[in-house]
Amino acid sequence: MKLTLKIWRQSGPNDKGQIVTYPIDNIEGDMSFLDMMDVLNEELIVKGEDPVAFDHDCREGICGMCSLFINGEAHGPDRAITTCQLHMRKFSDGETIYIEPWRAKAFPVIKDLVVDRGALDRVMASGGFVSVNTSGNTVDANAIPISKIDADKAFEAATCIGCGACVASCVNASAMLFVSAKVSQLALLPQGKIEATERVLNMVRTMDEEGFGNCTNTGACAVECPKEISLDNIARMNREYFKAMLTSE
Amino acid sequence: MSILDSKIPSGELNQKWSSYKDHIRLVNPANKRNIDIIVVGTGLAGGSASAALAELGYNVKSFCFQDSPRRAHSIAAQGGINAAKNYQGDGDSVFRLFYDTVKGGDYRAREANVYRLAEVSASIIDQCVAQGVPFAREYGGLLDNRSFGGSQVSRTFYAKGQTGQQLLLGAYSAMSRQIGKGKIQMYNRHEMLDLVLVDGKARGIIARNLVTGSLERFSAHAVVIASGGYGNVFYLSTNAMGSNVSAAWKVHKKGAYFANPCYTQIHPTCIPVSGDHQSKLTLMSESLRNDGRIWVPKNLEDSKAIREGRMKPTDITDENKDFFLERRYPAFGNLVPRDVASRAAKERCDAGFGVNTTGEAVYLDFASAIERYGREKARMNHDGEASIEIIMDLGAEVVKAKYGNLFQMYYKIVDQDPYKTPMMIYPAVHYTMGGVWVDYNLMTTITGCYATGEANFSDHGANRLGASALMQGLADGYFVLPYTIADYLADDIRTGKISTDLPEFVQTENDVKANIERLMNIKGTKTVDYFHKRLGKIMWDKVGMARNAEGLNWAIAEIQKLREEFYSNVRIPGTVDSFNPELDKANRVCDFLELGELMAKDALDREESCGGHFREEHQTEEGEAQRNDDKYAYVAAWEYTGKPSEAILHKEALVFDNIKLVQRSYK
Amino acid sequence: MSKSVILKSSIAKKYWMAFTGLFLCLFLVGHLLGNLQLFYAGEEGRRAFNEYAYFMQHNLLIKVMSYVTYLSILFHAIDGLLLAFQNKKARPVQYAMNKASANSSSASRQMALLGSIILIFIATHMVNFWGKMHFGEIPLHTLTKAVNVPISQDPNTGQIVKADIEFSYFLTTNGEYKQYAYKDPKTKLFESQMEVREETKLFDKNSNLEVAEGYKDLHSVVMGFFGKSANGNDVNELAWLAVLLYTISMAVLSFHLMHGFASAFQTLGLRHPRYTAIIKNVGMGFAIIVPAAFAAIPLYIFFK
Ligand SMILES: Cc1cc2nc3c(=O)[nH]c(=O)nc-3n(C[C@H](O)[C@H](O)[C@H](O)COP(=O)(O)OP(=O)(O)OC[C@H]3O[C@@H](n4cnc5c(N)ncnc54)[C@H](O)[C@@H]3O)c2cc1C
Ligand code: HEM
Ligand code: SF4
Ligand code: FES
Repeated sequence: MKLTLKIWRQSGPNDKGQIVTYPIDNIEGDMSFLDMMDVLNEELIVKGEDPVAFDHDCREGICGMCSLFINGEAHGPDRAITTCQLHMRKFSDGETIYIEPWRAKAFPVIKDLVVDRGALDRVMASGGFVSVNTSGNTVDANAIPISKIDADKAFEAATCIGCGACVASCVNASAMLFVSAKVSQLALLPQGKIEATERVLNMVRTMDEEGFGNCTNTGACAVECPKEISLDNIARMNREYFKAMLTSE
Repeated sequence: MSILDSKIPSGELNQKWSSYKDHIRLVNPANKRNIDIIVVGTGLAGGSASAALAELGYNVKSFCFQDSPRRAHSIAAQGGINAAKNYQGDGDSVFRLFYDTVKGGDYRAREANVYRLAEVSASIIDQCVAQGVPFAREYGGLLDNRSFGGSQVSRTFYAKGQTGQQLLLGAYSAMSRQIGKGKIQMYNRHEMLDLVLVDGKARGIIARNLVTGSLERFSAHAVVIASGGYGNVFYLSTNAMGSNVSAAWKVHKKGAYFANPCYTQIHPTCIPVSGDHQSKLTLMSESLRNDGRIWVPKNLEDSKAIREGRMKPTDITDENKDFFLERRYPAFGNLVPRDVASRAAKERCDAGFGVNTTGEAVYLDFASAIERYGREKARMNHDGEASIEIIMDLGAEVVKAKYGNLFQMYYKIVDQDPYKTPMMIYPAVHYTMGGVWVDYNLMTTITGCYATGEANFSDHGANRLGASALMQGLADGYFVLPYTIADYLADDIRTGKISTDLPEFVQTENDVKANIERLMNIKGTKTVDYFHKRLGKIMWDKVGMARNAEGLNWAIAEIQKLREEFYSNVRIPGTVDSFNPELDKANRVCDFLELGELMAKDALDREESCGGHFREEHQTEEGEAQRNDDKYAYVAAWEYTGKPSEAILHKEALVFDNIKLVQRSYK
Repeated sequence: MSKSVILKSSIAKKYWMAFTGLFLCLFLVGHLLGNLQLFYAGEEGRRAFNEYAYFMQHNLLIKVMSYVTYLSILFHAIDGLLLAFQNKKARPVQYAMNKASANSSSASRQMALLGSIILIFIATHMVNFWGKMHFGEIPLHTLTKAVNVPISQDPNTGQIVKADIEFSYFLTTNGEYKQYAYKDPKTKLFESQMEVREETKLFDKNSNLEVAEGYKDLHSVVMGFFGKSANGNDVNELAWLAVLLYTISMAVLSFHLMHGFASAFQTLGLRHPRYTAIIKNVGMGFAIIVPAAFAAIPLYIFFK
């Protein structure tokens, strides 16, 4: 396969950046998208050019590190996968592929396609936990039965990999799907219910402070989310927040 | 050869840990505030340690090279975590988990450590549930279990195929809470490049800020290395791209012994290699062997036809399938330990029965499980006369609920639907049992330097059982290190802050800087990956699933040559003081190039087959691994003296008071 | 509960959007029911409509509701624009290539634009009708009818002579048509006994007493605006344009509601696997039927 890549190049946070065009050849359908990026970089290095910086680690769709906006969609055209799980068989010979970083005020570009997603960590640090110390003396794990339905829903919310594709795809660069996934997970479990009020208030406050946009329920996030986190979670967080807003002291 | 002191407490096996805890020294809460601890790594081992230590009141500085602690490779663990809860009432107990783990490790692990691991395993589950980890549950609301290789009880707790993710996010949550409180200073995108020793004690590290490229000094009263495994020495492995040995190797070079480097786990069920450009291999969880049956065609012609695309696996009837694990190991069948399953697959492929275009794959088939579940479901739906199509659909739903994400992963990579056609799998490097030598306290041979999780060598002997690494990482971090480190830090309550202006810090930083500059100045013609791939090939061919003296000697010579070539011809673009992933890789590969040689040397030295280490010279007539307990029942701990080839071997004799050593049999 | 949470947090702002939005939906229904009377032909329809308009202006409850409506529109618009402004800031650099259509409806992404058009529409709409109704000069609802009345007696035959005389009536709030003038057959001029003061009050010229209150003839204003002369009202020369713009505005409203209706339920957390599909369908139906019915009225008037 022969392709034309249009890649965002930006040498650092203060550089203005621009799209640069790279032709590439001999790409096979069985290659992953990041294998293709590796090939490009090998070529660039040998030619003495600066390779394209992009984030990646596990390359199996679970660490949430990879984060490319490919042809106008977060993680590319395929559904329910991350960039590293995208395979070149989804493209056709001669195609032009735009590759850009996640765009959001809360995700400043570090270099080329690499952005700083620390804002998501800070949201987590403001409430994405159950305040339980490690002791080995908590109650037995089976002491509190949890309905399978709730446990499964909590699990589904908890599969969020923190990639930020939701933010990247949202017209408003809103982080509601990410935040609601954690709020939901913990609100569904008896262990998390205890701090539910403060959690949702604090996490939403931090989310707002970090400069994410407001949700207008476009639903783009859930479509592009590699883990298919559902909009149910946003609705649940809206309920939780309502309760919290009216009852907190 | 010196004798290593493993500091195992005296007393009965089942009393050691509790009496140890009762007698160690503690640090009072006010003093903990004056003590800094560096934790390198935020995986299960490092993340849990950071959280637990910060909760206790220590000031923790945590490091990871990714952009967030949540991305450590523990996130990728799929299948589950063991714990001796005996919730299923199937006869499990602390002793049985201990026994299975030692046996699974082919009797090359330290009894006392493994027993402690089994003892604290139950607390891990309690702790994780309290944190909100959504483990799989049954309809009654209680926790569900599945079985894993190498045991005959169901003791594995899981969260679909994402157990590692859920556990890591639990630890990350606990860390986040402490980060929010300021008790953990989190240094993301920081890579430890050296350990700083002051008066022979570990007192800090030099780390490179991967965003700005600057070298930074960090001091502490103790340093914990929890940097994961070194499987990436093989280039292709199920590890993450960034997984590396550097932190462990740097402490090794500073005086920590490196134990059993040759013990590598090759996991039997990974998606086979597809092409030259592949950068990474993907695991298909061992839990799949609960329901999948492994086979190759019985007839060579059929295998050939499949390889050439003239035949499909679904064309072959059960009579013409060789379910080789069930055939060779009737007692454990598809659930034999990993090393055994991997070698059996390799044996079939070497004999020409392999499938896939490369001939390097076997089938993992769910058809009969899908049918079985489908029939069960149909019966529950009172649909006794359901057609086979309906039954298969119902069954597929059940399988989807159990392994949906794995099947999806497979589908996306291979572009074949595993609900309809068997998966192709092949062994791949997955885990490294070897690592930094530690004593019972998890302290390395450097005072004040600890190693936990996959980075240490401690609990899995020559082969790790499935679902035991997660258990070990969390046991180390949540329940062991917080006690053992206090005993050491009790001496440091009056030390005060350690200055990073000490000459030792300056010197170490200069050394690191010199090394980086040396690499940057080579300005050769080949990329870092080029060397890494070549190293990987040498390792896989000669230090992989089957090893022999000749191959190992060859590998040692080749690696030495490759290392020289690397230092004369590698090309690293960009600058030192900027975001430069190629430089990061180069820093890692230079350590792999030394480690690889030590692995071969260790493999050469160990004239027996045990667990993941299979020496072709030492096998039974049936091709099973043959241990030599008289000569090799020891931990090989290597001391660095300047070159891997000149490393000095120290032996820690393994004493088994509670378990009788027998030839492992899963027949 | 701190004030800042209720006003400033992103989610609380959204609750306001949803509450005001849904309230406006209710308002639309009420408004539409009133407007539908414009389909009712003849003097009967005119009377019904003007009575309705009077009722809307004078009933206390309705008055309160209308103030809530004004506030809602204001709040909805200000809050919506504020949110939209913040949202713009949340992505300072745009994508070179963005295939948003692959993951979301364009209505959902253009709520602020759609809303702003609606706002302009509401403003002009109010100037045209509401403003006139409240502050402007609107003639009263009058009716001129030729009645065959005796005007004299033939002195010779003693026969009563009748003639068609045009009488003018005010429709009054107590429900009668009150005659106030007639056209003098000789002078051909209307002779009025009554005078309108303070827009709607009818005073007897002779006694100087208020005799009744008249209805404003909004119906005729509307008809005239959309190009129809019915009761001697002025006819808008640009009626075609008014009809066109009105129809476009309703299409815009339709898009706004296609997303907005169901979205408001999501915002309020009212989502459930069993009911969400229903809400979406009802929302879609609402978004199509209500604006379409609104738009049908001027079209009907214009083309009738
Ligand atoms: C695909 C896969 C599936 C698995 N499935 C299971 C399973 O089902 N059950 C089971 O029990 N085990 C499983 N394992 C094994 C288990 O996941 C790992 O052994 C375990 O998670 C390792 O944890 P860790 O904390 O030691 O290391 P990791 O999780 O690898 O963490 C290493 C940390 O160290 C940091 N780090 C490394 N080097 C440096 C440096 N130089 N400077 C700074 N930071 C550094 C990294 O950033 C990271 O935070 C699986 C492993 C893999 C690869
Ligand atoms: C009759 C008029 C209107 C009705 C019935 C209406 C209805 C609605 C409804 C139901 C919503 C969904 C709220 C939610 O998502 O929670 C909405 C959203 C919105 N409306 Fe309106 N609206 C009207 C007029 C306006 C006006 C005049 C503006 C002015 C700018 C406006 C701007 C917006 C915006 C920006 C949103 C998206 C807000 C968000 O989702 O964050 N609307 N509207
Ligand atoms: S919600 Fe989905 S898209 Fe957003 S961070 Fe989580 S996994 Fe990524
Ligand atoms: S690299 Fe880990 S999810 Fe893509």
